[in-house]
Amino acid sequence: MALDDTKKTRDFKVIGTRPDRPDGIDKVTGRARFGADMVLPGMLTGRVLRSPHAHARIRSIDTSKAEALSGVKAVVTRADFDAVPDDMADILDNCMAGEKALYDGHAVAAVAATSAAVARRALKLIEVDCEVLPHVTDVDAAMEADAPVLHDGRQQETVPEGMSQNVIARSEFGHGDVEAGLAKADRVVARTFRTAATHQGYIEPHACVATMSSDGQGDLWVCTQGHYMVRNTCAAILGLEQGQLRVTASEIGGGFGGKTAVFLEPVALMLARKSGRPVKMVMSRSEVLRASGPTSSTSIDVRIGMTKGGRITAGMAELRYQGGAWPGSPVDMGAMSAFAPYDLENVKTIGWDVVTNRPKAAAYRAPGAPMAAFAVESTIDELARGFGLDPLEVRLMNGADEGTKASYGPTYPAIGLKATLEAAKAHPHWTAPLGENQGRGVACGFWFNFGGDTCVSLNITPDGTVTVSEGNPDIGGSRASMTMMAAEELGIPYDQVRTIIADTGSLGQNEVTDGSRVTFAVGLATIEAARAAKREMCRRAAMVWGIDEDAVDWEDGAARPAGPNAGKFPPMTLKEIAAIASNTGGPIAGHHEVNAEGAGVSFATHMVDVELDRETGSTKILRYTVLQDAGKAVHPSYVEGQFQGGAVQGIGWALNEEYIYGKDGVLQNPGFLDYRIPVASDLPMIDTVILEIPNPGHPYGVRGVGETSIVPPLAAIANAVSQAAGVRMTDLPLSPPKVLSALRGNAGA
Amino acid sequence: MSQIHVTTQINGDATEFLCDPGETLMDVLRDRLGLTGTKEGCGTGDCGACTVAVDGRLVCSCLMLGAEAEGRDVATIEGMASGDQLHPLQQKFIEMAALQCGICTPGILVAAKSLLERNPDPTEEEVRYWLAGNLCRCTGYDKIIRAVLETAADMRRAS
Amino acid sequence: MRYEAPSREEDAVALLAGQSGAHVLAGGTDLLVKLRSEMIEPGLIVDIKRIAGMREIVPEAGGWRIGAGVSGAEMGEHEGLRADWPGVVEAAGLIGSTQIQGRATIAGNLCNASPAADSVPAMVAAGAMVRIVGPKGVREMPVIEVPQGPGKTALEPGEFVASVFLPPRAPRSGDCYLRFIPRSEMDIAVVGCGLWLALDDADRVTSARVVLGAVGPKVIEVAEAADALIGRGLDDAALGDLAAACSKAATPMDDKRGTVDFRRHVSGVLARRAAGIAAKRAKGETA
Repeated sequence: MALDDTKKTRDFKVIGTRPDRPDGIDKVTGRARFGADMVLPGMLTGRVLRSPHAHARIRSIDTSKAEALSGVKAVVTRADFDAVPDDMADILDNCMAGEKALYDGHAVAAVAATSAAVARRALKLIEVDCEVLPHVTDVDAAMEADAPVLHDGRQQETVPEGMSQNVIARSEFGHGDVEAGLAKADRVVARTFRTAATHQGYIEPHACVATMSSDGQGDLWVCTQGHYMVRNTCAAILGLEQGQLRVTASEIGGGFGGKTAVFLEPVALMLARKSGRPVKMVMSRSEVLRASGPTSSTSIDVRIGMTKGGRITAGMAELRYQGGAWPGSPVDMGAMSAFAPYDLENVKTIGWDVVTNRPKAAAYRAPGAPMAAFAVESTIDELARGFGLDPLEVRLMNGADEGTKASYGPTYPAIGLKATLEAAKAHPHWTAPLGENQGRGVACGFWFNFGGDTCVSLNITPDGTVTVSEGNPDIGGSRASMTMMAAEELGIPYDQVRTIIADTGSLGQNEVTDGSRVTFAVGLATIEAARAAKREMCRRAAMVWGIDEDAVDWEDGAARPAGPNAGKFPPMTLKEIAAIASNTGGPIAGHHEVNAEGAGVSFATHMVDVELDRETGSTKILRYTVLQDAGKAVHPSYVEGQFQGGAVQGIGWALNEEYIYGKDGVLQNPGFLDYRIPVASDLPMIDTVILEIPNPGHPYGVRGVGETSIVPPLAAIANAVSQAAGVRMTDLPLSPPKVLSALRGNAGA
Repeated sequence: MSQIHVTTQINGDATEFLCDPGETLMDVLRDRLGLTGTKEGCGTGDCGACTVAVDGRLVCSCLMLGAEAEGRDVATIEGMASGDQLHPLQQKFIEMAALQCGICTPGILVAAKSLLERNPDPTEEEVRYWLAGNLCRCTGYDKIIRAVLETAADMRRAS
Repeated sequence: MRYEAPSREEDAVALLAGQSGAHVLAGGTDLLVKLRSEMIEPGLIVDIKRIAGMREIVPEAGGWRIGAGVSGAEMGEHEGLRADWPGVVEAAGLIGSTQIQGRATIAGNLCNASPAADSVPAMVAAGAMVRIVGPKGVREMPVIEVPQGPGKTALEPGEFVASVFLPPRAPRSGDCYLRFIPRSEMDIAVVGCGLWLALDDADRVTSARVVLGAVGPKVIEVAEAADALIGRGLDDAALGDLAAACSKAATPMDDKRGTVDFRRHVSGVLARRAAGIAAKRAKGETA
């Protein structure tokens, strides 16, 4: 798919405006139905019994007393599930423990009962006989040769012999000769960085309502980022045919990657199958934090060499990510993205995927990238400041451009990194004076952006309005974006289109809402579906006019003769064509199915001012500016919203958020009281600058914008705090005790 | 465990319900009265998604028993618009894209309305502290704060 | 479980005395969290807010009597109370969000007996007393004697706190409460410091109470810290001695909210800052 030839001169009518979102009224009046808002007749309440131990061998589970309790309609353990395909084994194991409970909060049994109170009582009657095993939750500790081992036989051949079985895989990316490059440097900085595990922190807990009949047909209502993924996964785990399980996505109260996996859904379906009744399951907040999918905690070594003029001669990073109790941390994406903003001759990254007794990591907004950027961007900052160089100039000097061979392999087409850096330099924030105890940090960030399987169906109604069906939950305004792109392409007003999120029975396969793919890929499919409908409408007009269909063009919402030779006919509007559709061959629709490629990578530069309270170690964010390439901003308000939201999640990650495990391997802070996400009074306004360097892979130039914005903040804030403190901060979060300790160490106090 | 009969006023309507003694007002609203605009984000008073006003004062409905509503006047998000006429805050939130996923939006709107009733001309800092108990994970709060400030300005001009 | 909302004190006492494991419900912002997380499974909850006087702030003997059902928001809106005991009012105002403020009470904050309760150091610094009603009648008790350790109080079975009494504020005296939290709102105190002091005409401290929260199993009144101020002006030396005395008196632990070293250090920092604010208030300057 190539960028429209007309793009550079194209005068968009709808794209780039800021219309009201179509689901706005539902969401401001409380009418919108989220996961927990569904009620079905005869519905039961499902609850999960969870392991209080970080690591335990389950000898036996006695559910007889729970089953005997009045009001209990089904009890489920792993014994109820048949063997599953290999690629589903870990997923099932996470949803319901098999031989071992592998983390605090791991599901070991579930009940469905006539009320929540009965379900709670029933859980207390389930007797689990288990042997508590030694556990490990820290990534470096898990790599020690004598660490408690979670799984045997999972280690891949890429891992050298003699390492702990917890080390699952090793990956390597890069090019050139790092040691030779470092030898050319005037200074080499080598540091180790650590980041704590964080959670996506969506405000809506996981929820679903399952119905399952004895004939193998099922229905599932669920808050998820991908109901097609839920269908496919649940069908495989329950031995159903995909076509027999219909999944409907509820409105989704935030996901940020955390709702790209199943947790409750297979269990709810199994409870529904056993009980013969609809079963609703809703996680508590503590269950969300203990047993959904937080991100990795990491430990990263970086070595970067720089000339005193600011040229990076070589960069090297070794990244260790624990991804919880099963293989699959996002370390590869960290290793691939670490140096992606730079044009380097010599670069190498090594990634280690490690398992620990923690919940399995799920995606979190640019999974794996923020931690890697924290390590690399902090080191570049230290080198630049050490030479007295402007950190923006150093990044411009080394920045990637069109034609740069990226550290992870490909050669970039047109990209926006330098545009964001130039915009940062020109922004008044960069030259504003700083006060006492204040520091300013900058950092760059990169994200790949995804495409993937996508279907869109666009229908013209008899009265000439347009409906668009897409298969990706609207997590932050995508109904508006699709409506805009359909209206733009058809040349009709925004309010003549309505976009819905179709269930899994209504469209073909759709990849989950991840990788910032929706505005790009679903947008592309929407535009192509509209083009298909336009072609058909031109054909109908040609039929009416009695001319060749090639002699009809579509412009401003109407079919028109392509030129003076085509004949003189007044334009036929979409409504006019729709009105006679039945007489010209039947209903008119367009659809498009594609594995979308050409997503177009994304770059951002962030700038932040902080103020330290030197007596308490407390950090206040004074000013924050995001500068990011959006390709083409479809609805600028929601693009800004993505920039702002990602930046603030990054602020939380940098300053206060962390998974705190006790010595017993139990999560100490499974609630919003002590898992401290930013509150309104913590923050200033988040200024945004949208750059538009068109993505050649999209007809309107659109790039995904959702994820890049969480990549730079960790480093930008650490750089600002390090400047204000006079000490390089390498361990996130920068909690007050940590900062105070650094300050007092520095002051010799 | 016998249920308690409660007579109360919800969004201006006389309402009666039966509830268990340990049942929260949030559970009553959502599960017994079908008022699911009030959301549960944490169940511990830390997120504000379940915010309602009781006798004109904001509370987390997850931290109040249903039985305590006897004789009280409860206002939820469902009562914020008058018929098809949105409250100015609701209108402004849509216009200014002050919501992304929308799960925190009902609680924030109920809380913001209460602020503007008490203080028609709040500063940015006052809005931020008033709403500190309403967590939003999508927006970074920027557009929410702006929407509340702009609505306040509009309402002052209109009055 | 039963729920009762009596309208008379004696009925509440009878209910509480009649059933072991009965819990008092005032603002409910701690009780309901425990209830929902199944930390407690009481057989009876006695809602005291419908008892006469429980939701009132009334002048008494030059001071103020605050009913056990009065919320933090109601205290914050009471001009007389704010003028006399701004430190107590701001401490109550720091408990949770706007929504929590609509319900949470200082009597509940006290009886929940969390070491980190914000209002308790402020009340102790103010010399507050509680009125306790129970099967044996009414008794008065200094606030500092109520908490006996995390989750434990000096209340006997059947007793509950009916009101808090803040004494008349002495001339040229002022109070202040400061706490440290990682965010700007919504956290539990990592360190809290309530401080009251009185000045003579030369701005020398004549009397003081310095009280720390969240740095021991219960609130700590630091007599050495008060002694460090008495007879002196609030110069750097006096403030340094105050801070040192507080850091020394603190007996904190390492937990998810802070470290021992951090809490000790910040105890002194907050005391020094609180003394400055309290002194301004004593002098009638706005602070």
